[in-house]
Order: sequence, then structure tokens, then C-alpha cells
Amino acid sequence: MSGGHHEHHHDDHAHHPELGFWRKYVFSTDHKVIGIWYAVTALVFLMVGFSLMMLMRYQLAYPGREIFGWLMLPETYNSFGAMHGTIMVFLGVVPMVVGGFGNYVMPLQIGAPDMSFPKINMFSYWSYLCGGIVMLASFFVPGGAANSGWTSYTPLSVTATQGQTFWLLGMVFLITSSLLGSVNFIVTIIQLRAKGLEFFRLPFFVWTQFVTAFLLLLAFPPLEAAAVLQLMDRVAGTSFFMPEGLVVSGVPQTYTGGGSPLLWQHLFWFLAHPEVYVLILPGMGIVAEVIANNTRKPLWGYRAMVYSLIFLGFMSFIVWAHHMFMTGMGTKISAFFATTTMIISIPSVVILTALLISLYRGCIRFNVPMLFALAFLPMFAIGGLTGLPLGLPASDIHLHDTYYVIGHFHYVVAPGTIFAIFAGIYHWYPKVTGRMLNSALGKVHFFLSFIFINTVFMPMFFQGMAGVSRRLYDQTLYAHGEAVQGLTIMSSWGAWMLGLSQLPFILNFFMSLRAGKRIAANPWDATTLEWVAPSPPPHGNFATIPVVYRGPYEYSVPGVQTDFFPQHVGAEA
Amino acid sequence: MSVAVLPYTVKPHPVTGVYSGKLGTWLFLASEVMLFGALFSAYVLLRVGAPATGPAAWPTHDQTHLSWKIGGFNTLVLIVSSVTMVMAWASLKMNNLAKGRMYLGITVALAFVFIIVKLLFEYIPKFNAGHTPSHNNFFALYFTLTGLHALHIIGGIVVITYFIFPGSTLWRKDPEYYTNRIECTGLYWHFVDLVWIFLFPVLYLM
Amino acid sequence: MSDAHADISKHVKSYIGVFLALAVLTVVTVAISRVHFSGSGNVIVALAIAAFKASLVAAIFMHLKWEKSPSIWWSLVICAMFFLFLILIPVLAVGDLPPQAQHGMWDVVSPAAGGGGH
Repeated sequence: MSGGHHEHHHDDHAHHPELGFWRKYVFSTDHKVIGIWYAVTALVFLMVGFSLMMLMRYQLAYPGREIFGWLMLPETYNSFGAMHGTIMVFLGVVPMVVGGFGNYVMPLQIGAPDMSFPKINMFSYWSYLCGGIVMLASFFVPGGAANSGWTSYTPLSVTATQGQTFWLLGMVFLITSSLLGSVNFIVTIIQLRAKGLEFFRLPFFVWTQFVTAFLLLLAFPPLEAAAVLQLMDRVAGTSFFMPEGLVVSGVPQTYTGGGSPLLWQHLFWFLAHPEVYVLILPGMGIVAEVIANNTRKPLWGYRAMVYSLIFLGFMSFIVWAHHMFMTGMGTKISAFFATTTMIISIPSVVILTALLISLYRGCIRFNVPMLFALAFLPMFAIGGLTGLPLGLPASDIHLHDTYYVIGHFHYVVAPGTIFAIFAGIYHWYPKVTGRMLNSALGKVHFFLSFIFINTVFMPMFFQGMAGVSRRLYDQTLYAHGEAVQGLTIMSSWGAWMLGLSQLPFILNFFMSLRAGKRIAANPWDATTLEWVAPSPPPHGNFATIPVVYRGPYEYSVPGVQTDFFPQHVGAEA
Repeated sequence: MSVAVLPYTVKPHPVTGVYSGKLGTWLFLASEVMLFGALFSAYVLLRVGAPATGPAAWPTHDQTHLSWKIGGFNTLVLIVSSVTMVMAWASLKMNNLAKGRMYLGITVALAFVFIIVKLLFEYIPKFNAGHTPSHNNFFALYFTLTGLHALHIIGGIVVITYFIFPGSTLWRKDPEYYTNRIECTGLYWHFVDLVWIFLFPVLYLM
Repeated sequence: MSDAHADISKHVKSYIGVFLALAVLTVVTVAISRVHFSGSGNVIVALAIAAFKASLVAAIFMHLKWEKSPSIWWSLVICAMFFLFLILIPVLAVGDLPPQAQHGMWDVVSPAAGGGGH
């Protein structure tokens, strides 16, 4: 699928020697090759994270039962849980939507030959891979992988086994990768836009990448600092997060003390809240592209969407302590965070509503990317709405740390972002490979995934309201947990069936590389610049950099012969 | 335009008014502000939340055993190094490579002085006296803040040394490109000086 | 940023000027720390002087005084805002607790030891 690199434009490459295999495909500085590496690596990590969860769900549905002679111990369950979250968020979704889609599509959509800093781009990928390997390696050290949740709350994480140190080191690699990447994205979008491509002519996908990059740039460093502090607590015996007089399993701890576990939570959530917007925004960008293209009309409310996006990015930095309502914070500060949290729901709703209204009187093509994009809308709505009782302290008292929270955030990320990722894969696979994915297999993939993903996560709201805690190895130990064990079994079977439902996709992905229908540059009759370049684009992307004359979604323009008017085509064709 | 040649790496962009490396450097510095900001935030919270008595109580000024003379000396060393750094860039802008490299060399030398003073007169005596990071949170923060800062100085030493020696061959190919890289290195270096301007009073005087 | 020879030599004068100002202000910082102000006066004075020194470095050494690029200015403004949130809000959060819970609130006190740090 990176075969396009054979098509070097020799007339332009006076002093550009032909690169060897390693420089061309492994240590490449081409944003497209790097994007593919990110996407493939992320898909592998997503599979690993998913597999951990499938094993966990067996323990949850049938507590104490062995899986082929292997019993999952509580410590193992905790490790799997912590690593499932960490892998999905930091090694799976973000590298996929930012490193994968962002790297590959964004420079093409702005008409650039590559990213501003190609070597730094390559370094970002290798830093990510190193971080991922360190994280996975932690499964094999004595004591196993990190087991203090993806949130690594202190003092539990400080006194935890060796795997936690690996987690912290892995995070340092991942954060470095992210910081370098975000500098690259911001500079590229500001500096390398094609002539005529003003900010308000940018595809919404590029806007989401732009705001996301700012979130990553400014929110990650506090977590890097906090990770260093926690490393020092674990390795150098400092007491940044350790109180005086702590006793763990009957053993009095020898820390000097005076530290604050809340300090960790503030620093962690300062990143982790913007992080969840990093998880969703590029997905919204993908959905916007697919919807505009498949309704054959411009996005409704593009400007409102952009302003909402910017406002959302800004607000995301001042809502973080809604994750900390139950830590004994005072009422005034809780009221502050509850207020900002309620306010931040407004731009989300604006974006979702604009996408919905964009469907009205559209000429909808129900192809596979569009099915996933359409499903995203109500799924994200459920995820967003169920966040409201969590963002209000009074109701959060009952729902915090229950399955309700798990249901809420999974709805946003799983049938939310992951569906957006699938939409993006089906939409841009032709650009990357020059071939279409099979539509029938795609529809099977979609319908099965849609049914089973809801089977997994819908019961969780009811479990949460019944009082079942999260991170619980065996809920049947409690009467209130035993009462709703049926829902757990339903979720587990949903998860295994969801896993099986991915087989048509995996089959399709590999089959179509060889046997998919070959296409030219623009199989979807789209307007944005990435469809101008050949499929796949050569090194340097465009023979001549396009000039832009209009906005990104000029579909069904009166007076134009075709139902789409690409951005780069001169005046009235 | 030639394929795969990136524009605005040397000449500034007509609308944004900046060449890409400088914008990238400023963005990187913004992230560094957040990094050190988090540590300052930790300092505030830990100091405010420290118990009134006992081994975890916040030490008084005398108990910190930090000498304002050594800290003050190091502050002046860094300030001078900032001047020599910007003079290096100015010399290059005035087309004088030799003077530029000389100023860069002085900057590196001063940076070494800073590190050696820190190591010999602060870190080592403290460790010998048992004032280690695990002793109490003041020292934990002291070592973390100044240690991270020192790592940044060392990083700067590596980069500037590279530009004095192997990197200076870029001057022959594209002097403006080389000068721009020195400008970006300078921005980084001034930022490191800036952090110390805050660290000195916070750690040594308060 | 002008490339002209003459402009650069004018700048050199300002570099030396700033250096002298910074050196003097460093001495002032040390001297004024000996004077005892009420409440958090010392902290405010020290940080104010440091902020002024920092602004000199940023304006003259880092050329912000002559920097016209909106991208750089916007990035700095956004960064400054979030930096303030990061510094202020956790402090406000701790400040919203009842006084006895603000100091040593996390210290675990064994029943035998009594009041301790709470």
C-alpha cells in the first residue's frame, strides 16, 4: 500500500537520490509513511487492549472460573484493567486519530508537500513505539504490569510493584512523542497551507487537528512533571504524594511525609481532561468530512462549528476537577468546576447539532463510511448526555466510581471515536492504497459492531445506578452486585461477539490490498485537496501545489455541472 | 516549486511573518512553561499543605542551607551567558562567523561554570550532609527543580557545542539558515535563563 | 526583524543595557529579601521583581519587542492563560477547605498520638 513511492517525479528530483529500503519504508521522513506506521501500530495496540478486556470480561461474567486452566487473580485483573485503559487511550486511539489520520491526511488537505519538520515527525513515531514497548514489557516483570488504574492514583501507585515504574517511564516516551508531534502539526497548519487556503476555508478535520495539537502541547507537560515526581517517590524515596504516617498492609512506611495525594490528582487530571477532548475532536473531524461528502451539500453551520471547537478547546483546560468531586473539595471550588463543566457541554451540542442539521435535505449516500458516521451521532449524544449527571456534584455522589462512569466514557470513545475511526478507514483507505474496501463486508462489519457495542455498554448505566463499583474483580460478592449479574453476563457476551464482528473488517482490510477495486484519484467525488493527489500520493504529494479558490464543502453548487466543486478548480468550470 | 522542498524554513512566511523553526521553537517553549509551571504549582501546594511541626514541616530559611551567594553568583553567570548568546546571533547577523563562534564558545564555558558550581558547591555537599531528596519535600523540590533545570542546561551545551563545531559547516552552504538556527537556540537558552530567574528567589530567598 | 547592520548595532546597546539592569535587579532581589514585609509581601515583591527581569529577557534578548508575528503572540497569550489556571486553581481548591484541613491534611495520625497535624 506504500507502492506509490515508486512514482518519483524525476524531473523535480535533481538532487534527490533514490532511497534504500530502510530509509524509504522504515526510517522514512515522509508523513504518509509515518502516518501508516502510526496507524498500523495503533491498530495492533487496540487489538491488544481489546484482548485484555475480553479476558477481563470472562472473569466478570463467571467469577472464579478458570479460562483453559488459568485462574485470573485479583492482582492480574487490576493489571489488565489499568493496562486496558492506558493502552487504549495512549497507545491506541490518540496515535490512531492524531498520529495516523492526522499525519497522513492533514498535509494533503492543506496542499502541503509534507510536515514542517519531517525528521522530528519520524522521531515522534519512534518515541511512541519505544513507549509502547516499555509499557508492554511491564507485563513480564515480577509483579506484573501497572495495576493502579490508568489514573495511577497515589499513594497506591507509589507503593505498587515494579510495573508501575515501567508505566511512568513509558509515559515519558509517549509524552515526548506527543509534544514533538503537536509542535509539528501546529507549525504545519499555520505555515504550509496552499495559496488561497485561508483559515475559514480549511476542512473541519484540519481545524480539529489544530485545536487538538494545542491541547496536547499545553496539557501534557504537567503530567510529564507529575510522572517525574511519582518516579522520584518510587525510586528516590521522596514524599511528593506521600502523607506522614502511612501504613500499607500492616507495614508502616518510612517516607518523611508531608506530601499530597491530591497534588497527583490535580496534575494528572489537568492533562487527562483535555486528553479526552483529544480523543473525540479528531473523530468529529472525520465524521464532518464523511457527512459533507455523502450528503452532497455543505456542512451546516461551519463557522459556528469552528468557533465552538475553539471555545471547547479553551474550556477543556478549566473543567478537570469534575473528576475530583468526591475528594473532599470545598463547595465553592466544586461549584466552579460544575459550572465550567455545564458550560463546556454547549459547544459539543452545537457541533453535534450542526452535523445533524447537515443531513437535512441531503442526497444521502449510505456507503460504509457514512453508516459509521451516522451511527456516531446518536452514540456520541448518549455519551455526552450521560456525562451531565456526572458533571453535577450532587448526582455524582451516587454515580462516581460506578459502572455508570464506564458506560458514559465508553459510549463517547467506543461507538463514538472508534466508529469515527472506522468511518475514516473506509473513507481514506482508497487514497492510501489505491483500492476500495469491499462494501458488503463493510456493511456486515458495521451492523454487527453497532448491535454488539450497544450490547456491551448500555447495561452499564443500569449497573452503575444499581451501585456496582468500577474496577471490581467480582461484583457477586455483594448483594447489590449479585442482583444485576445478568447485565454483566450480557455485557461480556456482547464484548466477545463484538470481537468476532471485527473479523469481516480484518479480512476485508488485507484482502482488499490485493483484490480491492482499483480507483483513480477521487472515488468519492470529494471537494477537499487530498483527493487531488494520486491514490496513493507520491513523495511530495502534488506535482504542482494546488491553489485554493473556495471553501471545503462546495457540493451541489447552483450553476456548476457536477454536484461537487473542488477547492482547487479555477473559476466556474 | 520543487516537490518535497519545504517552504519558509529560512525566509519568513509573508502572512505569518515568521520562519517555521522560530514558530516551532516558541511553541516548544510554551510547553516548557507548562512543564516548569506544574513544578511551581507543586511547590505552592506542598508548601501550603506542609504540617506545622515534625520532620515533614517546611524548613525555615536557615534550615535549607542554601547560600544566596552561590545562587546569586550562578544567576549572574547565566545572565552573562544570555548576553553572549544574543551577541553570538547579532555577530552572525552582521556576517561575522568567527565572532559568532567565539560568543557561542563563551556561552558554553559559562554554562559549564554554572553546572560545576552547582555540583561542587551545592549538590555534593548536600548529599554528604544528608540533605537528600528524601529528607523532606523542600529538598525533594529543590533537587527536582534545579535538576530538571540543569538537564536543560546540559541539553543546551550539547546543542550549542554542535553548532560551534560540526554544525558550523552549514554557514558555508546557507548562512541565513545557520543564523536562524542560532536564533532558535538562543530563544531556548534565554528561556532556561528565565526559569532560573524565578527559581533563584523562590528556592534561595523565600 | 530587520537585517540591517545599523539596526543590529543599536540592538547591541540594548543588550548591554539589559544586562546591567538584570545585574542590578539581582542585587536588589537579594537585598530586599532581608526586609520583612507583612503577610505575603515578601513573596509578592520577589515575584514581581523576577517577573520584571523575565520580561526584560523576553522583550530584548528574545526579541519580542520587535516580533510582529501574530502566531507567536497568540501562542504566548494562550500559554499564559493556561499557566495561570495551572498555578491558581489548585491553590484556590486547597484554600476552599476549612482551615484545619489545609495543613498536613493528608497526614495519617495514629489514635494513640492524638491531635497531630490535622
